[in-house]
Amino acid sequence: MARAVNNKRRAVVTLIAWAVGIAIFFPILYTVLTSFKTEAEAVASPPSFLFFDWTLENYAEVQERSNYFLHFLNSVVISLGSTVLGLIIAVPAAWSMAFFPKKRTKDILMWMLSTKMLPPVGVLVPIYLLFRDASLLDTRTGLVIVLTMINLPIIVWMIFTYFKEIPGEILEAARMDGANLWDEVVYVLTPMAIPGIASTLLLNIILAWNEAFWTLNLTAAKAAPLTAFIASYSSPEGLFYAKLSAASTMAIAPILILGWFSQKQLVRGLTFGAVK
Amino acid sequence: MGSITLSNVKKAFGDTVVIPSIDLEVNNGEFVVFVGPSGCGKSTLLRMIAGLEDTSGGTIAIDGQDVTDLSAAKRGLAMVFQSYALYPHMTVRKNIAFPLKMAGLPAVEVDKRVAAAANVLNLNDYLDRRPGQLSGGQRQRVAIGRAIVREPTAFLFDEPLSNLDAALRVNMRLEISELHQTLGTTMIYVTHDQVEAMTMADKIVVLQAGRVEQVGSPLDLYRNPRNKFVAGFIGSPKMNFIDGEEAAKENAATIGIRPEHIELSTESGRWKGTVAVSEHLGSDTFVYVNVDGVGHLTARVEGERPVSHGDTVWLSPVAGRIHRFDAQDMTL
Repeated sequence: MARAVNNKRRAVVTLIAWAVGIAIFFPILYTVLTSFKTEAEAVASPPSFLFFDWTLENYAEVQERSNYFLHFLNSVVISLGSTVLGLIIAVPAAWSMAFFPKKRTKDILMWMLSTKMLPPVGVLVPIYLLFRDASLLDTRTGLVIVLTMINLPIIVWMIFTYFKEIPGEILEAARMDGANLWDEVVYVLTPMAIPGIASTLLLNIILAWNEAFWTLNLTAAKAAPLTAFIASYSSPEGLFYAKLSAASTMAIAPILILGWFSQKQLVRGLTFGAVK
Repeated sequence: MGSITLSNVKKAFGDTVVIPSIDLEVNNGEFVVFVGPSGCGKSTLLRMIAGLEDTSGGTIAIDGQDVTDLSAAKRGLAMVFQSYALYPHMTVRKNIAFPLKMAGLPAVEVDKRVAAAANVLNLNDYLDRRPGQLSGGQRQRVAIGRAIVREPTAFLFDEPLSNLDAALRVNMRLEISELHQTLGTTMIYVTHDQVEAMTMADKIVVLQAGRVEQVGSPLDLYRNPRNKFVAGFIGSPKMNFIDGEEAAKENAATIGIRPEHIELSTESGRWKGTVAVSEHLGSDTFVYVNVDGVGHLTARVEGERPVSHGDTVWLSPVAGRIHRFDAQDMTL
């Protein structure tokens, strides 16, 4: 009897899980499918799902009309740059907060997190003006700086959580063994925190890759990453769904592939410390 | 050389004074044990000597040189932690070699010393394993190996056997004592276990609430405790304390008699009582007796004694083995 109830419950839960999974994945799938349709088929009603004339012409046209590789390169530089810069700042910060906590450490952590609750548009004008005066508008450097600042609280929090898991006695043992601060960080702390640092790195690359608010507002052409490349297809000439879909597919493909290969690392990283 | 001198060493965490002031001399080659109940400041004192904790006042000198402001890495001491504190991502070999690598020794010398340490500690078969694949005793041996390779001025042990089971604890106790005999290096050992203190130490430092209650050899502390606290802390089972009329007869506020200095008879004696519990260990029998007007007394008698719950027995202190204390708990 109990087994029957259990099986029934499992079936229901499985069904819900699949439904949620499909609901989340459907827009991506539909985008990819649309990218292989003609513009006419893309807006046809009712839409055809699989039985249409498959074509690659959207991809060819997108390639021709805009410089995909420039945007791709911008995305790579901006997401990697902001992540590496963020880690360089976050590792020492998290180290001091995890191993030498002071009375206000928790407050500082909360304050850092609270900056994520601020609507970005609230600081758009001052940042825009600062960037204009510093000649940072439409530069990769500018975007690296702004994305580092935006994601720094998350990086610090994640690394802090991983460092908290490392027993302080191990670092003390290293100190007793004659290690100076540099040796301690390089030979003991970092190797032990590598899984955590790797997942922070991955997550932050994804966040920076997908960031659209600042990249759209602070760039025009030269430094525009793939998010701006997608946006350029919802243009004043009207909506070209098939081409927009092709551009979107090309923009999300690299990060989707990266995410797919690193999903184990990501899940482990995000649940690290949740269960002892 | 490895003499350590503490002069007027103080420690406070904010407004909480943990160690008001301690003066202590540890001679070269001595095995000194800091013992005391939890929270007495013994680990803090050790960590201050190690350089892992700042002092709030006073000076610490190693071989006459003031090291109070020197970092842990530069004091030339080695420490074994309660949690072993091994580097989990390194093999046993790399763990032991780590301090040598930090000292910048050539690879040939490193290999030689690691091999020597592994020999002494029976770790040859485990050199390529990681700490996670070792048992508690093996891990503790690796931690000791890591300490001995650097040939430090002194070894510091912070309750190193607390995480081991009883049988292993006895073995490791012997191994550490043997190591001390072999190396002849100064060792400072922190424990709350007075049996460890009694069996291993050349000199015991009994601490309570950040104060040194008494310093002396194990037998000195056993025979001549300076006050009631030391008398009660050293010795197992604990000393019996009796106050009131019986103490007054001895011209003291309290008298103390060790369980092994109480004679038990089923016919006659000074105090008549009823057996509450008797524990038969084979070699000894611990008899817990309720005595009217005196309280609970523990007697330790050699061999097997056929007494059990409810039996009437007589207890008498061995002449000349009664400790007398005044109203301030100091020995008279």
